[in-house]
Amino acid sequence: MSEETKMKTSSASADAFVNGLIKENPTFVLMLGMCPTLAVTTSAMNGLGMGLTTTVVLVLSNMLISLLRNIIPAKVRIPAFIVIIATFVTVVELLLQGFMSSLYDSLGIYIPLIVVNCIILGRAEAFASKNPVIPSAFDGLGMGLGFSVALTCIGAVREILGAGELFGIRVMPESYVPISIFVLAPGAFFVLASLTALQNKIKRTLAEKGKKEEADKIQSGCSSDCMNCSDAGCAHRFYDSKAEGTIAEAATKAEQAPKAEAPVQTEQAVEEKKEEN
Amino acid sequence: MLETVKELLILLIGSSLVSNVVLSQFLGLCPFLGVSKKVETAVGMGSAVIFVITLASTVTAAIYQFMLVPLNITYLQTIVFILVIVALVQFVEMFLKKYMQGLYQALGVYLPLITTNCAVLGIALTNVQKEYGILFSMVSGFSTAAGFLVAIVILAGIREKMAYNDIPESFKGMPITLVTAGLMAIAFCGFSGLL
Repeated sequence: MSEETKMKTSSASADAFVNGLIKENPTFVLMLGMCPTLAVTTSAMNGLGMGLTTTVVLVLSNMLISLLRNIIPAKVRIPAFIVIIATFVTVVELLLQGFMSSLYDSLGIYIPLIVVNCIILGRAEAFASKNPVIPSAFDGLGMGLGFSVALTCIGAVREILGAGELFGIRVMPESYVPISIFVLAPGAFFVLASLTALQNKIKRTLAEKGKKEEADKIQSGCSSDCMNCSDAGCAHRFYDSKAEGTIAEAATKAEQAPKAEAPVQTEQAVEEKKEEN
Repeated sequence: MLETVKELLILLIGSSLVSNVVLSQFLGLCPFLGVSKKVETAVGMGSAVIFVITLASTVTAAIYQFMLVPLNITYLQTIVFILVIVALVQFVEMFLKKYMQGLYQALGVYLPLITTNCAVLGIALTNVQKEYGILFSMVSGFSTAAGFLVAIVILAGIREKMAYNDIPESFKGMPITLVTAGLMAIAFCGFSGLL
């Protein structure tokens, strides 16, 4: 490998890494993988555990998919990706069960559900299937760490408000009465709502200050949020590619449901993003 | 016999209302938040989910009982289940399109969206974890999905009304929907005294 290509690879890797961690943070910016985000963030520790577990799966599956990207036929790539992801999830699940049983118990059913986390399939489809191994690994690492940071933040907020503790250590003064609803299900919704509102606020302030570019950056990715486009979102991206053979059908469907157009734009957005990088 | 019926009834109420799939287990959030802008589409989505989840939990329970357990490969359940679900949804879609046009018109658009709905895989795995037989898995699948229908229709109703409200700029869109869902979750906590 010549010096120049080496430089290129390393800068591409660094870009991919930072991109996942900040610019396209999967939770706060792309709004992907909502189920685990809300379900397991009852404490900062659980959030971190889930985040790191997902990171491991994401890095490994990104690497393998990138290695196999020229071998897997385009038409069956989604089922192939799912098998690869499910394999790594099973491996990680068995390892956790064997060596970290307390984490395994507290995450429970959400570990096997990593398979259907849209972040992983989304990155496989959008990045790993089109890029060499090393940048893919770093993309997985960045996205995974971004996810971990977000989960830990939400978990920390919920744990501090709901139990007065952080990572199991008491941080609030003795007189603080824990608001236990924040550890329960409704609290998850409220915390995420506030954090998203905060993000909207920042976005608006930036836009008003005329830093249009900055604001656009924050809006990048899954055309701002996966849940709005999740009439489409991840699910549709997944489906669209699956039914490539039957595009005519998809077109009929698109007429029935205008929302089917959204994922196309999304994919374009992802493409453009990559060219920029 | 009477015991079984009683247990089934408890399971029905328990998994549809008390431990509601979206509001207390956080499964299937994407369609819950995404397809709940209109009551009409919410009903369509909910029905499609009932259809797919009932079918999927029955089939996965049967596969678990008659294939994975005898062959001693239960550790492969995640891989097998997800593949079965993906294949099943595709198959159901093709079948409906060919033989039941009416139903396809009603549910067709929503079927593909359900594949990555984590509720389907989640319920299949929960059934195995709780060691339900095929009948119990079917009822559990049906009632959980019915709970999803109830939740998504209520949310859609609230969102339709809310469209005319004066909402703070930053809370428009997703945040206010999340707050609504949170309030609904509190309301559903009230059911926990039922059983």
